Amino acid sequence: MSKRTLHVNGQPREVEVEDDTPLLWVLREQLGLAGSKYGCGIAACGACTVHVDGVATRACVRPVSTLAPGQKIVTIEGLSGDGSHPVQRAWAQLDVPQCGYCQSGMIMAAAALLAEKPRPSDADIDAAMSNICRCGTYNRVRAAIHRAAGAADSRRAAIAVEHRGKDLA
Amino acid sequence: MTLSRRSLLIGAAAAGAVGGGGLVWAYRLRHPSTDAPPGSPPELNAWVQVRPDDTVVIRIAHAEMGQGTLTGLAQLVAEELDCDWNRITTEYASPSVNLERGRVWGGMLTGGSSGIRGSQEIVRRGGAAARLMLLQAAADGWSVPVAECSTDQGIISHGPSGRRTTYGAVADAAGRLDPPRRPALREPTQWRTAGRPLARLDTADKLTGRHVYGSDLRLPGMLAAAIKACPVFGGTLAGFDSGAIAQRPGVRKVLQVGDKAVAVVADTWWRAKSALEALPVRWNEGPNAKLSSADIDALVASGLDADDAVAGLEVGDARAALAGAARRVEAVYAYPFQAHATMETMNATAHFVPAAGDAPARCEVWAPTQAGESALKAVARASGLPIGQCRVHRLPLGGGFGRRLADDWLQQAVRIAKELPGTPVKLVWSREEDMLHDHYHPVTQCKLRAGLSADGKVESLHMRIAGQSIVIPGRPDKLEDRRDTLVFQGLKPEGEEAIGYSLPHLRIDHALRNPPVPPGFWRGVNLNQNIFYLECFVDEIAHALQRDPLDLRRELMRQHPKHLAVLEAVAAHAGWGKPAPAGVHRGLAQGMGFGSYVAACAEVSVDDQGQLTIHRIVAATDCGHAVNPQQIEAQVEGSFAYGLSAALYGACTLKDGRMQQANFDSYPVLQLAAMPAVETLIRPSGGFWGGVGEPTIAVAAPAVLNAVFAATGKRIRRLPLAGQDLRRA
Repeated sequence: MSKRTLHVNGQPREVEVEDDTPLLWVLREQLGLAGSKYGCGIAACGACTVHVDGVATRACVRPVSTLAPGQKIVTIEGLSGDGSHPVQRAWAQLDVPQCGYCQSGMIMAAAALLAEKPRPSDADIDAAMSNICRCGTYNRVRAAIHRAAGAADSRRAAIAVEHRGKDLA
Repeated sequence: MTLSRRSLLIGAAAAGAVGGGGLVWAYRLRHPSTDAPPGSPPELNAWVQVRPDDTVVIRIAHAEMGQGTLTGLAQLVAEELDCDWNRITTEYASPSVNLERGRVWGGMLTGGSSGIRGSQEIVRRGGAAARLMLLQAAADGWSVPVAECSTDQGIISHGPSGRRTTYGAVADAAGRLDPPRRPALREPTQWRTAGRPLARLDTADKLTGRHVYGSDLRLPGMLAAAIKACPVFGGTLAGFDSGAIAQRPGVRKVLQVGDKAVAVVADTWWRAKSALEALPVRWNEGPNAKLSSADIDALVASGLDADDAVAGLEVGDARAALAGAARRVEAVYAYPFQAHATMETMNATAHFVPAAGDAPARCEVWAPTQAGESALKAVARASGLPIGQCRVHRLPLGGGFGRRLADDWLQQAVRIAKELPGTPVKLVWSREEDMLHDHYHPVTQCKLRAGLSADGKVESLHMRIAGQSIVIPGRPDKLEDRRDTLVFQGLKPEGEEAIGYSLPHLRIDHALRNPPVPPGFWRGVNLNQNIFYLECFVDEIAHALQRDPLDLRRELMRQHPKHLAVLEAVAAHAGWGKPAPAGVHRGLAQGMGFGSYVAACAEVSVDDQGQLTIHRIVAATDCGHAVNPQQIEAQVEGSFAYGLSAALYGACTLKDGRMQQANFDSYPVLQLAAMPAVETLIRPSGGFWGGVGEPTIAVAAPAVLNAVFAATGKRIRRLPLAGQDLRRA
């Protein structure tokens, strides 16, 4: 058990946990940030995806002791603070989530992809987006990534979502 | 799943129903919700509450698990209420309050693709009644005839004088009026809110991590629990050595739960789970310790030619006709166990408060559940308290797919909480626990035999399903007690799950063979295997007759125009009959389930190494009425992802009495890169209400497999596809 300071969503946060505690559980249970989810515990599903120094990281298998002081951790709660990140806006425009449980990780993975490749191809999206969604939102995820990138999705007709009385542009 | 229609009957009860039939109660004067804080505005009825600021609170009885039912039901209420869609908020109706109010909200069970179609009438009448009460209150306030007043999206106007007011301004007065008994409903052709592809009401918080699932819940003083039950089906707990983990940080209690499981309670779930993994545990593995999938396959196969089958459909004399047929086509198919694998594992938080002074004991549970009323009964059973001293708070679900209809995990949470009176305990299953203790998609096999005449007519078909029943356990002695009508989904003579074919001689029967593995309702239920069996076999018949699969179906489906219409729609849209791009082959499937007619045309390629690519699936659904087209599209795509996962990759297999698949590394599921493009044709023909969440799941796999045959000459009769050689036959 050690005290350490983690840099989370722009703030220093002090925690005291066993060294092998995965970052996911530090976030969820020590820091009250429950937006990152537990789906498998073996880095197979991506529901726990956060950014560590901008890199998409599966927090469920990242022991907190392996984080260097000063490494910047961003969770879904810190991606924009108000839902205004282009990925979040595209997700809202196309009404991507169904049950929503995988979507924190999905959004974080998409945001990291776009930070690295502002205009990803379908092959880039295939390679980067291995997050599991049991509700099957995949086609809307793909379309929303293209939309966030300012591109069209050549694989499908436009999704007609009516945002009555709201300007989501 | 075939639901009892009891909840619908309550809704449709005539005004003279005895004993507080639901419809009468719904329109009885406002009843302050026992869950509402003091000073809450009165309700207009159980469905609608209007606040002074014009916010409309719509009560939702069903569960939202991603399928869009919450938004769809709100659209139906808002349509009748004629309120401002942007001033709506929703609230889950409480199972306890439902009980106290004589089931004013009807049934809360959410399954069988029935959330909207099963409650649409009662919720629409709720909205319509509220609107009439608001109109009357405004008219009374102005001392004018109500016939001179009208509503428009939350504004009430008096035509002749030009006076206007808002719903919020008259809600209090409206709540004091006698509700109308049976208000008229708007026709779907008049819809302005229902029928629109509106954005969901519950999306925003899912984008920012603010949506609180059961596994996220935090209550003051709460502890967390991890649990492990005997992984061998039918086995029990023999013992454990809590001393070995007593010094681990945060551990508060180690306890037996029921006769099969041991749990660790700690201050955090990570500590509970880690301690549980380090805990030495001994099991009594029981009678199934050596059971394997081969044993189960043999058990199921023993039903394929047996005499103890119960018929679900019988026309003519198929067996005699087959015996005399000029030519026969015969095949045996198989469908394995599947896991639900909801993204959010099973969980529930329970708080058992012992009696103190005059206050009786009570038990409160917070849980994602598809069946609020059953959950409440389960809390009463597990706590030993009268149901009036129990509460269930319904939370949003991180996926359901039928798994959260059950309450095994919920009862565990209550049992644990009872051992820590006064302390809320959040029980979360690990992924491994979730996958090893699922209520699996049942296992079946099917022998199909078709009799053809010399001139190529399909004259007889015997379809023998052998295997597991979800609703009949064991093997009752009397054959009649082994009749499971649910087994025949999609194969019934008429009704909501009718077969789309007519033949001179047709027999579909089921021989019950139950392995000791717990079955459950898995999205699509028995439609999944039945449509796979039938639609792939119809293609086998077409091939034997050297007929085009669509052409043959047209002939056999002449008496089933609605089934045929969706099939024709996908075929036309996909270009059936016209050349496909090089290397692309097509396959068709159709069926009816959960009240809707569905069809699919898949386009695939298979390369020289046998690698399958599914390029596109064109889907069509006739669900009668379409409440939210963009959500229907989402459900069609989602159902394909779920169904194709199972068909392409997933199967749960047994060795040494336990499932071999415990996580996504051994139970792979469909990922984004493999998801085909989907084009959804929504073709509501009106006049009925069909379900949306499930029906299309059943046509994805057979359409793909029929396309695989067209591509390779390989007939796949056993799922999953993984591991089977698709190089050209």
